[in-house]
Amino acid sequence: MKVLLVDDSKTMRNIQKGILAQLGYSDLEEAVDGLDALSKVNAVNPELLLVDWNMPNMDGLTFVKKYRGNGGKAPIIMVTTEAEKSRVVEAIKAGVNNYVVKPFTPDVLSERIRETLERCSVAA
Amino acid sequence: MDSSYITPFISSVTNVFETMLQLPVEVLEPGLKAPGSEGHDVSGIIGMSGDVEGTINLCFPTAVAERTVALFTGMEITADHEDFADAVGELVNMVSGGAKAQFKGKQVSITTPSVVIGSDHSVFGRKDTVCVSIPCVCDLGEFAVEVSIKQNAIAADAPAESAVA
Repeated sequence: MKVLLVDDSKTMRNIQKGILAQLGYSDLEEAVDGLDALSKVNAVNPELLLVDWNMPNMDGLTFVKKYRGNGGKAPIIMVTTEAEKSRVVEAIKAGVNNYVVKPFTPDVLSERIRETLERCSVAA
Repeated sequence: MDSSYITPFISSVTNVFETMLQLPVEVLEPGLKAPGSEGHDVSGIIGMSGDVEGTINLCFPTAVAERTVALFTGMEITADHEDFADAVGELVNMVSGGAKAQFKGKQVSITTPSVVIGSDHSVFGRKDTVCVSIPCVCDLGEFAVEVSIKQNAIAADAPAESAVA
């Protein structure tokens, strides 16, 4: 399964890569902000996206809206420090399938990934 | 400064270190800090805007920052490594994001982080805003969270319903 990691922090992308590797996912692509992700998403054709919210050039929420607006259907997990309920609702309305608040433990992110993939495969 | 703006940073910094580094943090008594009174070696800085404005600085001596980054990233890297600032920036991002989520009824945005590395540098916030230093101690050494924020005067005058989206 191909996963696109969208986060301006290389440290965070590396942490996510380690967790995904433990889950058996190694076909990973990276983008450093929403604009970079938009330019790569068609070529990468990911089956799952992990997207940060606060990034330079284009934030994660704008990226999600554009990706969904362009017909992108892959499940998206927002992984962000934005923890307010209003932000979570805003993200879900924009087309995010699940939400992880930073800081997170490997177990929490792993569980959200499993949960999201299960839910989306049932819905498909 | 209203103490309700300080306690969220205490719980957030302990949560970030315990969750991401599995490291308990002891928080000492917060106190007012005179501008430029004490130098730092590594500063991760985030700006806040909206109903609350100002800056947050997660600051370390170099050796403590290097040990913290090593534990966070799983790599022994020194302060001049290209990934060092990225890791410090991500830590202050999580500390600030976790704290702002506890500002009840406030709409606050945070900037992407900036990181300053240089022996004994000073960080100056807005002249009209006091700086509260929250000293922290963990097994890696001592560091601090410096909070220099205040309620936005325009937001404070606005009716409550307009401040909550």
